[in-house]
Amino acid sequence: MSSHATTVHHSEAPKGWLRHYIFSLDHKIIGTQYILLGLSAVTIGMVLSVIMRIHLAWPNVHIWGFANGVVSPEDYLRVITMHGTLMVFFVLTTVPQSGFGNYFLPIQIGAPDMAFPTLNMLSFWLTFVSMLVLLSSAFVPGGSSISGWTAYAPLSAVGEIAGPGQGLGQTLWAVSIALFCGASLMSAINFLGTTIDLRAKGLSLMRMPLTVWGWFITASLALLAFGVLLAACILLLLDRLAMTSFFIPANLDVSGVLLKHAGGSPLLWQHLFWFFGHPEVYIAILPAMGIISHVLSTFSRKPVFGYKAMVYSLSAIGFLSFMVWGHHMFISGMNPYSALTFSILTLVIGVPSAIKTFNWLGTLWGARIQFTAAMLFAIGFVSLFVTGGLSGIFLAQPALDLYLHDTYYVIGHFHLIMGVAAIFAMFAATYYWFPKMFGHMMNETLGKIHFWMTFVGVYCIFMPMHYLGYAGDPRRYASIESVHYLFRLQPVYIFISIAAFVTAAAQLFFYFNFFWSIKRGKPAERNPWRATTLEWQVSTPVPHDNFAGHYPTVYRGPYEYSVPGAAEDFIPQDVAPEQVAKA
Amino acid sequence: MAELDVDAVAGQAWGGGVAPFATNTKKLGMWLFLLSDSLTFSTAILAYAYVRLSSANWPRPFEISPAILNATFLTFILLSSSLTMVMAVAAAHRNEVKKAVIYILLTAVGGIAFVGLHMMEWFRLFAEGVTPWSNKWGDPLFGGTFFGLTGLHMLHVSIGVIYLCIIALGFGRRKFNADHVEVSGLYWHFVDLVWMFIFPMVYLMSVNLKG
Repeated sequence: MSSHATTVHHSEAPKGWLRHYIFSLDHKIIGTQYILLGLSAVTIGMVLSVIMRIHLAWPNVHIWGFANGVVSPEDYLRVITMHGTLMVFFVLTTVPQSGFGNYFLPIQIGAPDMAFPTLNMLSFWLTFVSMLVLLSSAFVPGGSSISGWTAYAPLSAVGEIAGPGQGLGQTLWAVSIALFCGASLMSAINFLGTTIDLRAKGLSLMRMPLTVWGWFITASLALLAFGVLLAACILLLLDRLAMTSFFIPANLDVSGVLLKHAGGSPLLWQHLFWFFGHPEVYIAILPAMGIISHVLSTFSRKPVFGYKAMVYSLSAIGFLSFMVWGHHMFISGMNPYSALTFSILTLVIGVPSAIKTFNWLGTLWGARIQFTAAMLFAIGFVSLFVTGGLSGIFLAQPALDLYLHDTYYVIGHFHLIMGVAAIFAMFAATYYWFPKMFGHMMNETLGKIHFWMTFVGVYCIFMPMHYLGYAGDPRRYASIESVHYLFRLQPVYIFISIAAFVTAAAQLFFYFNFFWSIKRGKPAERNPWRATTLEWQVSTPVPHDNFAGHYPTVYRGPYEYSVPGAAEDFIPQDVAPEQVAKA
Repeated sequence: MAELDVDAVAGQAWGGGVAPFATNTKKLGMWLFLLSDSLTFSTAILAYAYVRLSSANWPRPFEISPAILNATFLTFILLSSSLTMVMAVAAAHRNEVKKAVIYILLTAVGGIAFVGLHMMEWFRLFAEGVTPWSNKWGDPLFGGTFFGLTGLHMLHVSIGVIYLCIIALGFGRRKFNADHVEVSGLYWHFVDLVWMFIFPMVYLMSVNLKG
């Protein structure tokens, strides 16, 4: 038995176009593929959100692509379901972890590739197929699912009778998510195996960049959470296709028809879904936290404040994320005592989250901050994290949640903390790592315009939603035109919609900057940000085996900025102590 | 952080440059997969427990013969196949290629026999009118949980048979080493272990004691 990881690595990339760019085993290509997949998903998701905002603000406006241009309530539900599913699974789950993680984790730990390159390729292509299945559901008879991204039973389990889109569309949704679970499990195994076994000599756990810690803990969560969602999807499919009744209670009357099913429980779906669903929130945000710590440290020219506390708080958040799923179910008919338990456990997450926030602020404190586009997005993340986190404390309390549940307050909360915050981390990651990935710099001025418009934009979109929630405005209503007591809120709807259009338009700066800079951007140096971690010490473009055969030895922690007595204000991780230039 | 010398962490299990636990990465990957797969099975078993406990008239239809005897025989086959798998791994590590391949194939035959007999039982139940959506004894979900759980397990056994055949072929041609055999053994034993939960929970807890 060999005591060391043995993986075959070719020092040169395969020559054929198909093997090089399509069915590549190279983690860098696969990471890029994931990022492009996420970029397609986020583009579709964003267009769908613009459609929602047009319809919400001006319900009678005809929109191209719908039957006679009229958006029916079912169409609206289809749009929110597709928006939510695409964004949560194919953007938030995929890009920070499988995209940037795939690209940079092996380089940051001094490995030639992921531990299981073939599995890596398979997991990407399975994700691709899963997304195709999801998108294809829009074109089947009845259209795509109208259940929302949580697919609450029993209406997701009983079939066509529950409405258009609940037939084949909902089945394809469940198949797509089951495939996605499989892909995520493969990817999680790969991330864990790589981090545990393939670290360079000297790279002990407490010397890993916080990005690696973020990806590592996220992979652990994914490993444990997606297996449960997979089983839940199998049971849902059994209910739909084999006519079992796991999630369907007896005597259920749907659309005036008494169903024959009996014995199941809709609560069971909620338990299983949220046992996955809550860790999922952290699967989206933990890689983001790692990326933000990394970027903040680089552009503050200071070590991360409280590195170990950052590691422990990441782990604590990951651990606690499995114990709080019930806070999504306060009004679902759960025992009030369990609600109390879930509430307390949820509030406890505030402690490690606060540690992280204070440490980010501590990193910024007294620093000579370089306000690059990446840094602006990182600071923006901290702002969004605090705002979204504070509203989370409200929602965590059953007494308040009874009122706020399923209102726009919840929409505002989770978009700020889970959606936009994670997207800000993706932007920060893109502006930060682009020079290494494509060999060119992105335009900083466009980046800053992009940041300020997006930052102001998202607050204008999501802050007013908190007030809508206080006013009792329920989510998922296609229009409040005919609801008398809500219709007075219509001016707020129009304000949010205009903010959404401006924010969506601001993304054009990003798209242009991204695609233009790939070829035309200013050529990038090897280490343009003067950063310490290993990915900046290898040449650009990164060699096929990352280190061109010269695997590094790591001598120090990841954030040695402004070390007293050193000539430069940063010491790369692979520089031996005797080679550090003295001031 | 203080500047540590590389020697301070070199040579430690988690110091980098070595795989901790003195295990190879493939084996680690399989353990991680089994961890997540055990959660998938746990979820299915939990769902079974949930609907069974909340049911007022959960049936206990299985007679000692043929249902329980048949399931006991299935258990015996599966446990025997685990034994041959142990022999296969041992032979592989001693580099007795032919012997190892024979034991792997014997294990696969055990798996095929298990799936075959299990399928026969399924068809017998279908003939008696037991389906995923209805049965003559009471709560219709009895069939749903029975076919769901045993089906998920049977799928694992079937995949395992294919996996073992690939391993036998690869090891016979010396393309795979003993570690590959051992890793496939982990999977096989896990599938057996899952059966050791399903057998009591699905069969023994459904024995018709009133006769």
